[in-house]
Amino acid sequence: MDTPPKAIAGVSTFVDDRLGAGSFLKRNLRKMFPDHWSFLLGEIALYSFVILLLTGTFLTFWFRPTMGEVMYNGAYEPLKGVMMSEAYASALNISFDVRGGLLIRQIHHWAALLFIAGMVVHMLRVFFTGAYRKPRELNWLIGILLLSLALFEGLTGYSLPDDLLSGAGLRITQGVILSIPLIGTYIQFFLFGGEYPGEDIISRFFTLHILLIPGILLALITAHMILMWVQKHTQMPGKGRTERNVVGAPFYPAFMAKAGAYFLFTFGVLALLGTFAQINPIWLFGPYTPADISAGSQPDWYMGFLEGSLRLMPAWEINLFGTSGGTIPLSVLIPALLPLGLIMTGLALYPFLEQWVTGDRREHHIVDRPRNNPHRTSIGISAMTFYGVLWLLGANDEISANFHIGLYETTIFGRVAVFLGPAIAYFVTYRICLGLQRKDAEIVSHGVESGVIKRMPNGEYIEVHTPPADDILAHMRGKKEIPVIESAADREGIPPKGARSLIGRLRAKMSKAYGTDRVPLEEGHGEEHVAVGAGEHKEGH
Amino acid sequence: MTDNTIDQPEDRVPKRVIGTPPPSEAILKEEPAHKPEALLGVKLQDPESARKAERVVALLFAIAFLAGVGFIASYVIFQVGTLEKTSASNFALGGTLTLALLALAAGITTWVRRIMPKYSMIQERHPMASDSETRESVKETFLAGANESGFVKYKLLRRTLLLAAAPLGLAPIVLLRDLGPLPGTKLRHTVWGEPTKNGKPRRLITEGTGQPIRAADFNSPGGILSVVPEGHEHDLNALAKATLILLKFRPEELKSGTNLNWTHDGIVAYSKICTHVGCPAALYEQTTHHILCPCHQSTFDAADGAKVVFGPAARPLPQLPIGIDEEGYLVAKADFNVPVGPSFWERGDAEKEAREKAEKA
Repeated sequence: MDTPPKAIAGVSTFVDDRLGAGSFLKRNLRKMFPDHWSFLLGEIALYSFVILLLTGTFLTFWFRPTMGEVMYNGAYEPLKGVMMSEAYASALNISFDVRGGLLIRQIHHWAALLFIAGMVVHMLRVFFTGAYRKPRELNWLIGILLLSLALFEGLTGYSLPDDLLSGAGLRITQGVILSIPLIGTYIQFFLFGGEYPGEDIISRFFTLHILLIPGILLALITAHMILMWVQKHTQMPGKGRTERNVVGAPFYPAFMAKAGAYFLFTFGVLALLGTFAQINPIWLFGPYTPADISAGSQPDWYMGFLEGSLRLMPAWEINLFGTSGGTIPLSVLIPALLPLGLIMTGLALYPFLEQWVTGDRREHHIVDRPRNNPHRTSIGISAMTFYGVLWLLGANDEISANFHIGLYETTIFGRVAVFLGPAIAYFVTYRICLGLQRKDAEIVSHGVESGVIKRMPNGEYIEVHTPPADDILAHMRGKKEIPVIESAADREGIPPKGARSLIGRLRAKMSKAYGTDRVPLEEGHGEEHVAVGAGEHKEGH
Repeated sequence: MTDNTIDQPEDRVPKRVIGTPPPSEAILKEEPAHKPEALLGVKLQDPESARKAERVVALLFAIAFLAGVGFIASYVIFQVGTLEKTSASNFALGGTLTLALLALAAGITTWVRRIMPKYSMIQERHPMASDSETRESVKETFLAGANESGFVKYKLLRRTLLLAAAPLGLAPIVLLRDLGPLPGTKLRHTVWGEPTKNGKPRRLITEGTGQPIRAADFNSPGGILSVVPEGHEHDLNALAKATLILLKFRPEELKSGTNLNWTHDGIVAYSKICTHVGCPAALYEQTTHHILCPCHQSTFDAADGAKVVFGPAARPLPQLPIGIDEEGYLVAKADFNVPVGPSFWERGDAEKEAREKAEKA
């Protein structure tokens, strides 16, 4: 093709004449996107969100978000004649009276699970590789906001069908809101329009779920994308890659096509799950009543850690003013707010705390391999362990039933493990990181085993080592030192200004621990880097 | 992608000496006008294998087409209604949709990987910060604008503007006031304490069947019965606080925690609403008399005033005073003497308050 087809040329000219889109396209059509499998994780979340919007819109065509009582008269025989809320009845109708309704509802639910899962693994990738560092702190904060909002989006959506299971989740939400000191009862009465459950909560959650929260999510996701576009993607260390360039495939045509295919893959897998993996069979649960519950009620996976922390907590409650009020139900308040607050606040502050500790104000576009920043990696794994224990204990009744362990034993185990687990994880991760660094250092300085055994003139057998492949070597040499703030005393024994106070000394100490490279890569073995096949092999030990 | 080389392949043929004709016969023939020129970092695919790949891609796209047609056909063919029909429709629609999407995705991926070139192109980055000249100019513009506007100079203007904004900022919050009524003391009472229409004590009604319970007939030690208040059998707001569990004990089984005056012939009624976060405490273990809430496993000893044995609930399930009416049916003698369900700020140590009241009386 020598000239663009008329249709495209015509439209392009029309748009360019009016908007001057040409210069934008000139700069951006060949925008580079670096390649690494871990860069695809966030895209899963993005595409899941698109699928959520599409399937969710379909569902709203039939769903009726009202709690008025109706007698069910739909296609599902076992519930015929049962009194239920219109919301539940319409959710049943979507499943049994609308062709494809059940499929779309199940895809919607699966997409919600995948949306949050995609966000979480994407966030872990960004954390462990240090991709949140300057200049990307703002995008990191937007990401934390997105994750928090997505949890609320999930919670409000989960409550809409008004079946017995979703009602149990709503009841727990109400109990948690009541526990808030001073204003808890007021918030509860305002949110539910009076006493629980009232007749307003479904329509209110509906508005939040389909308008307010998705609107904010959409705006933030757009901002997230724009920032990523403007700042250009980070890249893994490797051959030819520097802090001043991006090496990869161009947006047009390769990345564009790949992204399109990836969207279809995500959609395809969700359709597969929605077809063959039944999720939330609401017709089995029956309509909601606060008087009943089914045993083994489990929330969606992303709420599991809150469920677990509620289960672990001992029965603490204080009455500040004795019989006249001031009740603080710590057994609800602490587990419901503390882990979530701790994790989200910790995540939001981490880039700034790290900058404060390392004094590193440089821009970073080449990401770290997790092993090369062992303290960060250990902190991350430690936090994951904390979350993981809570999450696991959110299903302690299932664990107890399936593995024949006493129910209370699992709880007591969890109470210990939630503190001990992260500490052990920290230590183990740290050692593993150092071990991996040593392995890298050995490969860089001595090469890789070639499998060739050589006999020396003195009769000794040795294995010949060959230099590693260029790209692998470049990947390993991408390790960068972590800066340490200046804290050593000068000649007169006076420490620098920032390191005199208690906090300053602590900062200096942390900086030293955080930044000191315990396994530096050995340099200066020039002869190792001769090409394979050049004849002279470095003979290792 | 593993072949991340940015180097160009080395020339196998020696470089031509300046002034001599090129080694091939191309000197006379014209070069094709748009021979794919190898841009730096663009490694073209072998045309032969690309041709083969095209056939694979075409096959996948054809499958996607057929599956898409199948989806539309399934919509027409399969109707919904019963569990079986809905299930068949679901499998047909979902199966064809999945196949169409995955085949299309696989086709495009094959196209990218085996027909498009392998890319390893380089783009320069520039520091995010603008240069100091720009910054300086923005700063000056800002200061000039601020001064021109008079916002700094005219104090009264500035202060009254802020004053004007304050109530408007609060307005949205004020508007939310009518979202719900104030709590008042609503959380302290249940319908068990309210008078019935005919002025008689409120009967206990079996949940589900809607039948009142004759004390003489309720004789199932070991089981629990879920009970709702007469006249409010389907009132969810009432049920959220007033639902009961009813148990029968042999007299020697009851311990000091249970108020015997509030029982009738060994029949005890506790609030079913867990004191932790309000789930119905619906599980009962006969041998230990333990009531278990399935949500967070708070465990209560039913024989001992439903005091907490394990779990996060901090208070026992409140006990309801029950008796019988003239026809022998179980009725509530009064409301709970403490608020039921989850704790809240205004609640206070209601148990202690109730005890003190009882001692005075």
